[in-house]
Amino acid sequence: MPEGQQPVLELQGITKSFGGVEALRGVDFALLPGEIHGLVGENGAGKSTLMKIIAGVHTEFSGRFLIDGHETHFRSARDAHAAGIAMVHQELSVAPDLTVAENVFLGNQPTNRLGLVQWRRMAREAGEQLSRFGIDVDPMSRLGDLPIGLQQLIEIARVLFSGARIVILDEPTSALSPPEVERLFATLRRLREQGTAIVFISHFIEDILRVSDTVTVFRNGRKVAETASAATSKGALIEAMIGRGGEALEHSYSDDLMLPRPSDSSVVLKVDQLSLARSLNDVSFEARAGEVLGIYGFMGCGQQELSRILFGKLKPDAGRLAVDGKPKTFASTAAARRAGVALVPESRRAMLFHQEPVYKNISISILDRISSLLLKPTQERDIAQRQVEQLQIRPPVVGLDLGMLSGGNQQKVALAKWLTYPPKLLVLCEPTRGMDVGAKNDVINIVRDLRAKGLAIIVLSTEPETVLSLADRILVLKRGAVVREFKNEPVSKDRLLEAA
Amino acid sequence: MVSSETAPAAGQRAKGLAPFLRSQMRNIAPFLTLIFLSAFFAFASPSFATIDNLGNILTQVSVTGIIAVGLTFVILCAEIDLSIASIANVTGIAVAYFTLQESYVNIPNIPLPGVAAILLALLLCAALGLVNALGLTVIGIPSFIMTLAMMQIAAGISALLVRGQIAYKVPGLISTLGSGSIGGIPWIVIVAAIMLLGGHLVLTYTRFGRYVYMVGGNREAAEYSGLNVKLILGAVMVISAVCSGIGGMLGVAHFGSAQQNEFDTYLLDSIAAVVVGGTSLFGGRGGIGNTIVGLFVLGVLNNGLDHVNIDSFLKILIRGVILLAALIINVYAQRLREKAAE
Ligand SMILES: Nc1ncnc2c1ncn2[C@@H]1O[C@H](COP(=O)(O)OP(=O)(O)OP(=O)(O)O)[C@@H](O)[C@H]1O
Ligand SMILES: [Mg+2]
Repeated sequence: MPEGQQPVLELQGITKSFGGVEALRGVDFALLPGEIHGLVGENGAGKSTLMKIIAGVHTEFSGRFLIDGHETHFRSARDAHAAGIAMVHQELSVAPDLTVAENVFLGNQPTNRLGLVQWRRMAREAGEQLSRFGIDVDPMSRLGDLPIGLQQLIEIARVLFSGARIVILDEPTSALSPPEVERLFATLRRLREQGTAIVFISHFIEDILRVSDTVTVFRNGRKVAETASAATSKGALIEAMIGRGGEALEHSYSDDLMLPRPSDSSVVLKVDQLSLARSLNDVSFEARAGEVLGIYGFMGCGQQELSRILFGKLKPDAGRLAVDGKPKTFASTAAARRAGVALVPESRRAMLFHQEPVYKNISISILDRISSLLLKPTQERDIAQRQVEQLQIRPPVVGLDLGMLSGGNQQKVALAKWLTYPPKLLVLCEPTRGMDVGAKNDVINIVRDLRAKGLAIIVLSTEPETVLSLADRILVLKRGAVVREFKNEPVSKDRLLEAA
Repeated sequence: MVSSETAPAAGQRAKGLAPFLRSQMRNIAPFLTLIFLSAFFAFASPSFATIDNLGNILTQVSVTGIIAVGLTFVILCAEIDLSIASIANVTGIAVAYFTLQESYVNIPNIPLPGVAAILLALLLCAALGLVNALGLTVIGIPSFIMTLAMMQIAAGISALLVRGQIAYKVPGLISTLGSGSIGGIPWIVIVAAIMLLGGHLVLTYTRFGRYVYMVGGNREAAEYSGLNVKLILGAVMVISAVCSGIGGMLGVAHFGSAQQNEFDTYLLDSIAAVVVGGTSLFGGRGGIGNTIVGLFVLGVLNNGLDHVNIDSFLKILIRGVILLAALIINVYAQRLREKAAE
């Protein structure tokens, strides 16, 4: 950290607990103007909690909080906003029913002297801002109709261009594909030049090392390391995060990886010439028992729609599906589930019940297997407890409301739902998004286990690493069409990117 | 070291009470309202706090209670049913229509044996509920609009059946349950209690009940969990209509007559009972327990206002203001809960 500069923000001895659980214990944190400060740590380490304190979301904590050297206490997120602090939350917090332009200007729409919103001006300025960021959308379209990655980009753009002097990004890249990440980094560097202080949280350690000046490592609610990015390495950071050697946990996938010979086991899913207006174009493929099929592509390539069709949430315009050789047209997600298909979508919010305890979240999709009329709460809890232990969900308390888990742990719950009675076909969208290195490794092992049990698994991701670490065979999807299939041949990150 | 570790922990637990209370606001507030109102009326009028009057209150809320059972299911799913009162009305009229009336009743009706009349009336309300269900789930009409239309349709059927006349006779069973009593307890109170208990058991202990809460809590997540959301929504609309129908039949027996617009006030009362009790209008939170408290708040309020000496036109306004206050608490309870979860 450069010496002698006055930090814009300084936290001293911050302690925060939820009920009896201490999420932060005596954390010191300082942020300099014109600095990009990376934050890493395992799921549940306390990163989001600290950032929410800075952004005025959590207002009850102990410790000192100084802005420009003056002690401050925010009473609300609005106070933080007024002090020039803006944050992109880990959970998407856009307003899906408003237009893109309204979302960009959320809370400070341009108005005329009568206080009426100037729609035309708002749309124009929103369009300009977004195109500066490389986003090309109609500012008057409804935000909720856009793919989730694009929604995330728009939220980031809103925060970056809000004029804040402290910008916090909590896992902003999880839904972005490489070109967008590059654009984001370029923008962050530009803001740094202008003196903005930026906090950047990510589980992609390479990204952190590439873009940040300083890195702080959290473990178990404590700050365990703070170094200049130039003076550290990925291995050292992982070791600090998990408290033991971490090289084995993460491959870089820059070298060629040999895909196995395609399996000739039975075809579980056959997709034939699937088309959906503007999203999918004549897509055909098969998924076999005991095989992991990876589907890679940039954001908006049609993955999301494809996964929804497989689970009966969307109806294709044309094309056929067959499960175990029997033609299917799913009238509902319930029909798809009965046919043995399961989906974990990329958005936790869409999949989980935040106000309900963990065990109800896990048992919901198997209730009809364990009870015909009356509920069996003990059995439900037992099943949930087993999954929680197997997936190492923290804290391992099945009675806790789901909303109290950290982002990565929620993601594990979303997977746990389907594991008690494994389906025939498991469709995973971005299965490792938001997970720390250890958890990613766990997921990889779980998927391999399931494959060994003979499930057909489809992994859809915009992260090459995810697909490469899991798949036996890889399809590349580009603008709704399959443009390349990798099988029984060497493949690497670069080759995938090239094909997409 | 040990002491410095335990001290903050103890402090935490003490602080933990406030968030807990805040998160329970939805259940506590209606209860406090009930206690406050009861105390107030007991103080203001000597005739209020008597066993006799308690019996009155119970009888007065019974029909609302029966209707509110089904409505609780609907509101838990974050839907609404505005046709409950009309369906109650038409079912009550139908059961009378199929019963032999005195000769001076000038309705071209179709007298049938009592059991048949009851079954036909039940069939009618179930069918109307099914139409609601299909409109909501298959066509995709918002329940607010769909049941608004159904309110008119049911009122139209009522009008056609009675043609401005009044019918008096209902089958013996209905007559007993609606206006008879056993050991001094009115049957209608017993029926209401059984239905409320049944509703509570279904919501708390059955798989279907869990689905209702989950669909109300996050409909999208329910769908991504592979639940048949449309089937569940359809089922609650039918349940609501059938409960309304039963309330309507017993109500007609209780009032001693079946006529047009007899149940109009029950729409507002039933919705108020559910919501004042603390069941969230956004779905997923609350239950029959809340509805029971809400029923008592409403019953005490309606009954108590009759015991104190105030302008009867002012009473309507007072009722409105108190209901508004309860609604405000309902919406705030949601926010406080979210804050407490932080
Ligand atoms: N609202 C809450 N109520 C109770 N406990 C909470 C709440 N929010 C967070 N926690 C707990 O605080 C701890 C830290 O969570 P936090 O969200 O800060 O983790 P994180 O480092 O952001 O993890 P992730 O990488 O998974 O997002 C976790 O143990 C979590 O369960
Ligand atoms: Mg987090």
